[in-house]
Amino acid sequence: MELSVLGQNNGGQHSAGGCSSSSCGSTHDQLSHLPENIRAKVQNHPCYSEEAHHYFARMHVAVAPACNIQCHYCNRKYDCANESRPGVVSEVLTPEQAVKKVKAVAAAIPQMSVLGIAGPGDPLANPKRTLDTFRMLSEQAPDIKLCVSTNGLALPECVEELAKHNIDHVTITINCVDPEIGAKIYPWIYWNNKRIRGVKAAKILIEQQQKGLEMLVARGILVKVNSVMIPGVNDEHLKEVSKIVKAKGAFLHNVMPLIAEPEHGTFYGVMGQRSPEPEELQDLQDACAGDMNMMRHCRQCRADAVGMLGEDRGDEFTLDKIESMEIDYEAAMVKRAAIHAAIKEELDEKAAKKERLAGLSVASVQNGTSGRYRPVLMAVATSGGGLINQHFGHATEFLVYEASPSGVRFIGHRRVDQYCVGNDTCGEKESALAGSIRALKGCEAVLCSKIGFEPWSDLETAGIQPNGEHAMEPIEEAVMAVYREMIESGRLENDGALLQAKA
Amino acid sequence: MALKIVESCVNCWACVDVCPSEAISLAGPHFEISASKCTECDGDYAEKQCASICPVEGAILLADGTPANPPGSLTGIPPERLAEAMREIQAR
Repeated sequence: MELSVLGQNNGGQHSAGGCSSSSCGSTHDQLSHLPENIRAKVQNHPCYSEEAHHYFARMHVAVAPACNIQCHYCNRKYDCANESRPGVVSEVLTPEQAVKKVKAVAAAIPQMSVLGIAGPGDPLANPKRTLDTFRMLSEQAPDIKLCVSTNGLALPECVEELAKHNIDHVTITINCVDPEIGAKIYPWIYWNNKRIRGVKAAKILIEQQQKGLEMLVARGILVKVNSVMIPGVNDEHLKEVSKIVKAKGAFLHNVMPLIAEPEHGTFYGVMGQRSPEPEELQDLQDACAGDMNMMRHCRQCRADAVGMLGEDRGDEFTLDKIESMEIDYEAAMVKRAAIHAAIKEELDEKAAKKERLAGLSVASVQNGTSGRYRPVLMAVATSGGGLINQHFGHATEFLVYEASPSGVRFIGHRRVDQYCVGNDTCGEKESALAGSIRALKGCEAVLCSKIGFEPWSDLETAGIQPNGEHAMEPIEEAVMAVYREMIESGRLENDGALLQAKA
Repeated sequence: MALKIVESCVNCWACVDVCPSEAISLAGPHFEISASKCTECDGDYAEKQCASICPVEGAILLADGTPANPPGSLTGIPPERLAEAMREIQAR
């Protein structure tokens, strides 16, 4: 009998699919190798904990418009209401306006746990606006976690101040550690009162990023590293980046796909640089996972996003709307504490239940046939809470899980409205259903609460089995149940034999 | 002797923060440089600071009316390639 594989995966059990000890098994264990004090810091942080992102909300305030570098995936004309990608916002706020907005959102969305400053430029290239916002928030909203993301150029000189304002989460975007590669990503930086270009600029940026990373780690500040995967430019190189940043003490690596469309007006978009396919991204994340705890649930959100990851309720909190809101922050704080405690209780219960179920479910799948069945990707429609609780047609994104004899692991998300849902100038229109089917490429089943007849037959034709039988069930249990059904129906057996024959 | 910001400015504040003469302010729809305060950084820096950090090609004009950062100089996108991409998008 092989029991409890989910809880203590030792890697190397997959016949295919690239499993690794740090990320395999249930997604709950994504953070299990971390010391208790770090886990406590991230358990309610939707951007750092995959599990937390089903339950907790975050917001960004756009107080930092200035930037000190240019990246080839960014266009500084950041004002577009219809686009969802980093660096885009609708209105830039003063620190005072930002504080008011945070309090308004925290009162209206009790799941909110985190406030981040992420742009639309570089927060640390706007040190006064960014730090003023943090200072006021640490005084007026002491229960909100504060975090910041940066390109790292100005990081070393800001570490002291960040520590002073209780910032305990910092994200550095590190796309390379080799200046030759950097020169293909960053055309220039502004440094020591000069615009510097090429390899020389990339070298300075890389040095500052690495120094900043070391300084943060030395102070006990949690560091996540973001990297943009740019096929043919830094994709192979990111494996080395992952090794280095892990060795220096970053606790999480988030490899994100390049977003590049001509209509964004970015260098990569206009020059036809392609974005990675979902499977390329997954392969790279799996390759990096051997060295590092990988993040796979990032939604690459706007610098003024509000709400749960994957949703944006920014429209409800525009400047003119928050102006007229009466906020009783003390009362909101009490309510939020109660709701957060209830979520925590639910998560603890879920974890305990998972421990109980883990051994059983896996044992029945495995039962002496380990390695015989290939892994299967399945898409899930969820509106939060870790449940299959969304109608297929209402989903704007699907979460993708991989089921294998070793258990269920979270792989990533697929958006249905690809980055832009605006007018007809934003790319060729295709039917929403065709778009969904394309987005689900590689998945063999889609689990949702309900689904209409038309999408059902189209999905079947595309080789994706719709499944509405697990409505309101916990995601991972349902995925495992469908995987077992696939095994029992004999669907995976021949493939498995083929794989073994190949090996 | 003064630089000038024109309407392609995206109001990112970067120039305001680095101007040694406090010559830049948000007056109308975009930032403006006070012609009386601007020194073109003479005596302070070798490079004109606003023009060295501005991310938008063509947004800052030199005293002679030519752009401090001409098309293609900041993004690296050849102007003819950009024009072609714009035409393709329009034609959709």
